Amino acid sequence: MGEHLLDLAAATLRLATPLLLAAMGGLLSERSGVINLALEGKMLVGAFAAAVVSLATGSPWLGLAGGSLAGILLAALYGVAVLPLKANQIVAATGINMLAAGIPPFVAKILYDVTGSTPSIELAHRFVVFPIGLALVAPVALWWVLGKTRAGLRLNFAGEHPEALAAAGVSVERVRWTALLAAGALAGSGGASLSIFLSSAYSRNMSSGRGFMALAALILGKWRPLPTLFACLFFAVADAVQIRLQGLEIAGLGKVPVQFIQILPYVLTIVVLAGFVGKSRAPKALGEPL
Amino acid sequence: MAKIKSRTKDAIWRALRPVIAASVGLLVGVAFTAIAGEQPWNVLRVIIKGAFGSTYDLGLTLFYTTPIILTGLAVALPIKAGLFNIGAEGQLNLGALAVAAVGILCPQVPQPWNIVLAVTAGFAAGAFWGSIPGWLKAYRGSHEVITTIMLNFIAAGLTGWAVLALLPSLDSQNPESARIAPSYVLQHFSWFGDAPVTWALPMAVAAAVLVWVLFRFTIPGFKLTASGLSPEAAQVSGISVRYQQWLALTLGGGLAGLVGVAEVMGNSGRFRIGFSPDYGFIGIPVALLARAHPLGLVFSALLFGALQKGTAELDLETTYVTRDLAAMIQAMVVLAVSAEGGLTLWRRHRLAVKPNKPNKPNKPTRVKD
Repeated sequence: MGEHLLDLAAATLRLATPLLLAAMGGLLSERSGVINLALEGKMLVGAFAAAVVSLATGSPWLGLAGGSLAGILLAALYGVAVLPLKANQIVAATGINMLAAGIPPFVAKILYDVTGSTPSIELAHRFVVFPIGLALVAPVALWWVLGKTRAGLRLNFAGEHPEALAAAGVSVERVRWTALLAAGALAGSGGASLSIFLSSAYSRNMSSGRGFMALAALILGKWRPLPTLFACLFFAVADAVQIRLQGLEIAGLGKVPVQFIQILPYVLTIVVLAGFVGKSRAPKALGEPL
Repeated sequence: MAKIKSRTKDAIWRALRPVIAASVGLLVGVAFTAIAGEQPWNVLRVIIKGAFGSTYDLGLTLFYTTPIILTGLAVALPIKAGLFNIGAEGQLNLGALAVAAVGILCPQVPQPWNIVLAVTAGFAAGAFWGSIPGWLKAYRGSHEVITTIMLNFIAAGLTGWAVLALLPSLDSQNPESARIAPSYVLQHFSWFGDAPVTWALPMAVAAAVLVWVLFRFTIPGFKLTASGLSPEAAQVSGISVRYQQWLALTLGGGLAGLVGVAEVMGNSGRFRIGFSPDYGFIGIPVALLARAHPLGLVFSALLFGALQKGTAELDLETTYVTRDLAAMIQAMVVLAVSAEGGLTLWRRHRLAVKPNKPNKPNKPTRVKD
């Protein structure tokens, strides 16, 4: 029993890693006032870029850097659309997600002459534990930055009272740009943890909704780093249990169809959004351009 | 005088905007192929020839256009009510499942009632799937973008299970359902060779006309528009905005569900798991490009139908570019349309006639009109 629990705890931490990194990116962006439904796309290109760089260089560290960089580039494109061009943030994010779904098959065909996935990456060129540490440090670091530093204060004002921040002579646009690019780096490294840590290659659409689950965790965590950490762990437990439930037999009913178990994380996300969101309060200026 | 002139200019600008957005999307997408070492003009030529080269090619373009009109409507109708439905993919899966179930389980129903029954079932199943995020949005405040995405995954799982466990195919090893009864199969029009163009195409166009009539001439349509344009004002005038939000996503889901008619009765005669090449997502650029206008949308659906058919040729005709290029072009169009709201603001600012008249506050250009 104890062994099983330990096993489950380890799996939970592993599965929480991509969610946590993406959720922290979303937190930075949304606390600065920019809705970030594009996390999913940033994770996907992050996962792909990390796999490509790891394969090319044999270094997971460079892979992680490549994943973050890809996230930053996509975030920059999103930033251009929503900050200077004042695009509708939800529509632009959907465009980014669609673009992110289109890029990997396109590039994979050129690089490897296959569509949609990369060749598998040797164990020595992947991470074993490091991303877990990164993912656990991120919320603590954000808690400190948001609560205790001048930069955190500015970020909060950009999301709550942008006029006040502007009146104080600080460029709201610059604060939001910084937050958006940092969010891209975090979501990109979350994606990297999918391909070069949780599995051994990039596979088609491998983020499979995790960017949106990260947002649900963020909402459940009321846009605060430490509660969001626990929300992510909650989702990860459900995911870990789901994997272990496959093949489960219920007396009298027979085997539970695998599809019913696979959809559990998605059902849970909806339940979370429907049940808890009423009480949490989004940053006041969320979604409003300057 | 100046006012009239600027009004004409506005009209021209309005008419040009979708053309510009579509061209930007197409050109940027095709320019990407230069990275892959292809000649962009050659790629463009292959796409156009593939889409319109022969009556058979045109037939396949129209075949792809049919579901895209319906998913475009599924996105456009909720946009009118201020909601963004990105769940058409799940809704069309449910619709197709219902159509297949009726076709397999009720072979005795006489003509034409069987068709009526199947169309109703497809609409109802899609509407049911759309009503879930509708209810969650209206009464629980859950963001429809997240819930509809989640419901896409859930629909894929559930329909996959239902097809294999409840409607299994006895004559094939493929992941698909049994065949529907012959009386449910729609005949192909004879003008397009073997291309599966059926009554589903006029049905989709008729749906677009009905949606246009709904918004142009009827009070229920006005209520939907009012709750999208100004929820507070609508609520004060006695319209239940929550009910309208629920209704918009439910109707949108129903329209997506009709894709099941085109696919199951008009094409394969069964539910093939994974039959949709992301029709639900293609509906997003289709609706946005037409600025959610139900009739304009038929033309943008034709554009994306042609893109779908034309890019399929790239697999054979080029070395390094595949049909995945279509996804990139669609994405570029969505980005171009979304950024265009900002460009309009910039243009207004630049052309402002009276400097003392304050510009509109820089509110986000909402997904509407």
